[in-house]
Amino acid sequence: MSQAMKNLVSPYGDTLNDGKVQLSFTLPVPNDERGMEAAKVLAKQMGLREPLVTAHITLDKEFTFYIVYGSVSYQVNLDDIQVEVVQNEVMTMDETDDFIRSRIGRKVVVIGASTGTDAHTVGIDAIMNMKGYAGHYGLERYEMIEAHNLGSQVTNQEFIEAAIELKADVLLVSQTVTQKDVHVTNMTELVELLEAANLRHQVLLVAGGARISNELAKEIGFDAGFGPGRYADDVATYVVNELVDREMI
Amino acid sequence: MTKLNLDQHQIQEARSLAAAIADDTQRFVDAHTTVTVERTICRLFGIDGVNEDEVPLPNVLIDHLVEKNALAGGISYYLANAMLVSGQTPQELAEAVSRGETDLTTFPAQPQAEVEELLNQMAQEAAATIRANRKIRTDRLAQYGDKTGPLLYVIVATGNIYEDITQAKAAARQGADVIAVIRTTGQSLLDYVPYGATTEGFGGTMATQENFRLMRAALDEVGDELGRYIRLCNYCSGLCMPEIAAMGALERLDVMLNDALYGILFRDINMKRTIVDQYFSRMINGYAGVIINTGEDNYLTTADAYEEAHTVLASQFINEQFALKAGLPEEQMGLGHAFEMDPDMPNAFLFEIAQAQMAREIFPKAPLKYMPPTKFKTGDIFRAQVQDALFNIITVLTHQRIHLLGMLTEAIHTPFMSDRAISLDNASYIARTMRDLGDEITFKDGGLVQARAQHVLSDALGILSEIAGIGLFETLEQGKFAGIKRSPQRGKGLDGVVQKDHTYLNPFIEIFMEGERA
Ligand code: B12
Repeated sequence: MSQAMKNLVSPYGDTLNDGKVQLSFTLPVPNDERGMEAAKVLAKQMGLREPLVTAHITLDKEFTFYIVYGSVSYQVNLDDIQVEVVQNEVMTMDETDDFIRSRIGRKVVVIGASTGTDAHTVGIDAIMNMKGYAGHYGLERYEMIEAHNLGSQVTNQEFIEAAIELKADVLLVSQTVTQKDVHVTNMTELVELLEAANLRHQVLLVAGGARISNELAKEIGFDAGFGPGRYADDVATYVVNELVDREMI
Repeated sequence: MTKLNLDQHQIQEARSLAAAIADDTQRFVDAHTTVTVERTICRLFGIDGVNEDEVPLPNVLIDHLVEKNALAGGISYYLANAMLVSGQTPQELAEAVSRGETDLTTFPAQPQAEVEELLNQMAQEAAATIRANRKIRTDRLAQYGDKTGPLLYVIVATGNIYEDITQAKAAARQGADVIAVIRTTGQSLLDYVPYGATTEGFGGTMATQENFRLMRAALDEVGDELGRYIRLCNYCSGLCMPEIAAMGALERLDVMLNDALYGILFRDINMKRTIVDQYFSRMINGYAGVIINTGEDNYLTTADAYEEAHTVLASQFINEQFALKAGLPEEQMGLGHAFEMDPDMPNAFLFEIAQAQMAREIFPKAPLKYMPPTKFKTGDIFRAQVQDALFNIITVLTHQRIHLLGMLTEAIHTPFMSDRAISLDNASYIARTMRDLGDEITFKDGGLVQARAQHVLSDALGILSEIAGIGLFETLEQGKFAGIKRSPQRGKGLDGVVQKDHTYLNPFIEIFMEGERA
């Protein structure tokens, strides 16, 4: 058996490689035999072997909810998987402060906001406020970071004005509402406005939020993105290293 | 029905402190009006529609007065005076102003008694329309009978009013009693109310009069089919509180979020502006028989639910007094609170019971609005179901009235049709099988539950005396609610506040406060 074969995985129910999965979805159909069959056909199209519709619940005359169990016929080769995480080694607050002192030699200016029409502040506060979140101190507590939290519902225009006025090195953008990709539209607008103002390459642009991934952020034109479970120390480590690597000091 | 043995003297003292706080703030309110209060009067006089730049005509008129530096006298006088001279209707006058043909401030002054007589007559007509809506609600409730026990409240938030209707009808058939149409992000900061049916929103749908009308008709239709009255809820909060309240009165909404403190803390709306707006909007809600929902439950999304529980109670006391000042009876006060304690905390369920029961005993007549767990929901939908079940149990046990259902996908997206159905099923199951459990239960004297409730009450009293000492504005400046600091000189909408002059008229105040309601 080749090494690659050993790295193939498929879902686990109660026996290795049985491929068991559960899923649920609604179809805009009445709750009848035909609807159940449609659910099964759909499950098969998704690659499920022997799908079993274990519940079919009427949501309305023309809507039915299905719970389906089955076995997937697919396997994933773990060796083919590439994920990009922002960085591995996280520095403590003191290490970051020391790093800034020795490698940058001046305070790093960071501004942050929940931008566009988004009014959620808990995420950006978790990163920036003195008291931090889940035992991780926020950027305001870092001696060598000058942190400005502009709050929520900050328009991209206001945000850029603040960046210029405060001579920010780093722009932190928090986005929580993602319905109809409103965050993508808003973040894209910020990138365009920064480019139009010839500022895009003078700053590090970092996004975060419950539905933000590094991949998505980069695709939009940000330098990095941080999702749930990431804290001030993660961001600080990334930012200071990146500023030095890019010689943006 | 006291099970908690709360210190009744402390309750009384808290009430009188809250009354003093409201009195103090009311002095500011009485001396001022705002652009949206004046636009509301326009709407109640039947002015509607937009001009060719999509600007709502009420905005056109009030901007016109602001430009002429005449807002301090109020729109009522100028409209009535112009009507007497020109013989035009308010709508015709608004259109003429919009075309730049008319200046409301240059009509020769007519006898004051005639102006006031006309205003009173027009205001009485608007009031009659609102009373007629109220009667439709009462009649329908009488026809179908009103539900006892918790009203199951779910939200729709697709961004598209037509899709919302599909979702709302399904929810009603699944057992929902109240449908709330959540507003799109950003609307609360608009200093106008958009016009017409809308299909584009983020995290919610625009509150427009046409959207209200469409949803009302849909819910009446499905209600007739089911033999129930389905209540409709929307939001007065934001920069247009009283205008939206007026739209709600005209389109027979039944429940409306109405809380200046929410706007101040969570949308950074200027406190002077919104406290004045709140007064008139609550007056309209009161007259229209609308149950208001206050927003203190939200404090617990930014502050810790165990540590800061007393701020919720203190805010409920204050909200109660503000509501009374606006003529809103206790039976329409859906004071807010929430189940938001950390699931990792031992006995959190007991403390939640204590607080819910406490709110019930302190505000016995209020149709309390009880909010589900949200903050500690994660992408683990299976655990979320359990969190919601615990919350549903307390709702039934402590006789809450407006029961906002939690969603298993709270941390993921605004609800899918199936999420709502699962949630309604969960709540109905518990409401049915535990219906009378609350009446079977007493709490141990001096036990955990009683002690917790008393503790929260004492702390609330403490903060109320602090607030009474420094006033509400200073309290907000110090960040005592939700841990958020706001300044009276900052925030959105301050430029829309003006001091009334001695000629100021608003013919609705007397009618809404003292007039016949039934
Ligand atoms: C609290 C809360 C609120 C509070 C917000 C109070 C406040 N001041 O923030 C209130 C009640 C006001 C509120 C209002 C609304 N909310 Co809300 N809310 C939530 C809730 C319950 C928790 C969010 C939260 O605080 N999480 C905790 C923080 C710490 O997590 P986080 O933001 O992910 O942050 C972490 C990381 O992502 C990262 N991070 C975050 N930002 C950044 C930035 C940078 C630069 C970096 C590096 C990292 C980073 O670090 C943090 C720590 O690890 C969620 C549901 C849930 N359980 O998730 C809904 C939720 C987010 N809300 C939602 C909605 C729709 C709204 C409203 C739009 C509803 C409405 N129509 O009125 C309004 C907002 C209006 C507006 N203009 O935005 C939806 C969003 C759906 C979507 N995916 O689009 C959710 C998911 C609920 C739902 N299912 O409907 N909400």
